[in-house]
Amino acid sequence: MEWEVVIGLETHTQLKTNTKIFSGASIKYGAEPNTQACEVSIALPGVLPVLNKEAVQCAIKFGLAINAHIAPRSVFARKNYFYPDLPKGYQISQFELPVVGKGAVTMQVPAVGKNAAYEKVVNITRAHLEEDAGKSVHGAVEGMSGIDLNRAGTPLLEIVTEPDMRSAAEAVAYAKKLHELVQWIGICDGNMQEGSFRCDVNVSVRPKGTEKLGTRREIKNLNSFKFMTQAIEYETRWQIETLEDGGTIQQATVLFNPDTGETKAMRSKEEANDYRYFPDPDLLPLVISEADKDAVRAKMPELPEAMKARFEAQYALSSYDANALTTSRDLANYFVATVDAGADAKQAANWIMGALTAKLNETGIDISKSNISSLALASLLKRLQDGTLANNGAKVAFEEMWTSLSASAISTVTITASLSFIDEIIAAKGLKQESDSGAIEAIIDEVLAANAAMVEEFKAGKEKAFNALVGQAMKASKGKANPAQVNDILKKKLS
Amino acid sequence: MALSIEDIKKVAHLARIEVSESDAAATLTKLTGILSLIEQMQAVDTTGIEPMSHSQDLSQRLRDDVVTKANLREEFQKNAPALGNGSAEPAVAGGLYLVPKVIE
Repeated sequence: MEWEVVIGLETHTQLKTNTKIFSGASIKYGAEPNTQACEVSIALPGVLPVLNKEAVQCAIKFGLAINAHIAPRSVFARKNYFYPDLPKGYQISQFELPVVGKGAVTMQVPAVGKNAAYEKVVNITRAHLEEDAGKSVHGAVEGMSGIDLNRAGTPLLEIVTEPDMRSAAEAVAYAKKLHELVQWIGICDGNMQEGSFRCDVNVSVRPKGTEKLGTRREIKNLNSFKFMTQAIEYETRWQIETLEDGGTIQQATVLFNPDTGETKAMRSKEEANDYRYFPDPDLLPLVISEADKDAVRAKMPELPEAMKARFEAQYALSSYDANALTTSRDLANYFVATVDAGADAKQAANWIMGALTAKLNETGIDISKSNISSLALASLLKRLQDGTLANNGAKVAFEEMWTSLSASAISTVTITASLSFIDEIIAAKGLKQESDSGAIEAIIDEVLAANAAMVEEFKAGKEKAFNALVGQAMKASKGKANPAQVNDILKKKLS
Repeated sequence: MALSIEDIKKVAHLARIEVSESDAAATLTKLTGILSLIEQMQAVDTTGIEPMSHSQDLSQRLRDDVVTKANLREEFQKNAPALGNGSAEPAVAGGLYLVPKVIE
């Protein structure tokens, strides 16, 4: 039987605020235990939550970005359960009336093997504001668990999708797109290692062609895209094998073990899902007016979809290039700055996505701190365009610029300064392309004299011999001769 | 809606409230009384009336995103509960609040 996997995601994005969602305690990462745990965070009796304005604005931003309904009135609810990292005995969340309603995220699912890339729309069910819990630390004191409540009360936006994804590749493409989007609109720092972006993935399988959803298992707390792929693929195989062996799937929460590559059901907590939600009497309904939305809208950056369309139209870029350049704002800004400084758009796109991205990945440097600034790259591309540099020379110059430029020095230089800098490199390294036809002719004459056999072969009809002669001429010029001119002159001489 | 003793025990367990057998019967009577009050309210025609989530018809005040809380860990941890092993000392170590071991 052919099976189909059905996947839905719940993503906890930590909002980029200074303080907690319901108190003025800092949420800076990495502080000493409990030094950012105020009386609200540790739930002393008599304290009251007061909602953070910035957290609400983040939620509105997200709603606008995915074209969602933003609730004019939403309600905070208590989700009741007992755990030591939750001192109140309930988490303040939203249940029946979330702040963000239905919306959609459009993304490119990349080509895998024989399957071509395609566009996919994932529907968003809802997004709601809630507080994070604290952390349990094990092993500090024998036989005890330590509780750090610094994280308790950190603002989260939980983003829930419809079960719209049909493969691990689609689920990861969605998660990556969402990851790009929340950083693009500036509501989340996207740091997965620090837990700022955590995904729970619901997986079920059903016979292909049937409508009824299978029983799902939820893979908790995936904090890397690589693990997400592995976990979904393992879980899917496991469910199919279980069903084919005549077994049934029990609804469960599972954890992924990166060491074994397997998913395993957590010990089911007794009645764990009976959260007895009810409206939190400590908080009044959150009211968002049209004016509130307009104020946030006015501060929104151009969204990646719109920028991609603009890049295609304005710079005549392919959909592929425009998509790649709009995966982050820093990358898009770098591209625009390079073109504004006079570089050809297509050439800039190629170099940014090719040599520069490779270099940034290799060194682990962020594009906003790139050794080669947009101005420096633009000056390099100018020298490539005006024929001073050939492609090979440009590659050498790029390496040279990378090693000799420090990020702090180039942020202040002008395009004029950048051009004289590249000219210095070209002079120092002897990279200037030879375009003087007299000099090239002299080189070719030497090559022809030294390779009489090849000339004979060419005259006998062997086309390949021509390319060999071009190669010899380029070699003789130490790669500096303008290849187009070498071709022309050689053709004339041999005709 | 008729409640049973089992319902009382389940709700008590979920809320981590210890209810003895004899108290359970009395609690059943009280809770049944509350539910009958709710039944009376449900009989009222509320067609066209927007449900409220709070007894006051106001909206939530928002706070500016500015750090206002100082680090009062020392003060708070003086009042941390004791370990329960006879010692009256607050159960804290290395800045952490200590609790009986949580098994994952």
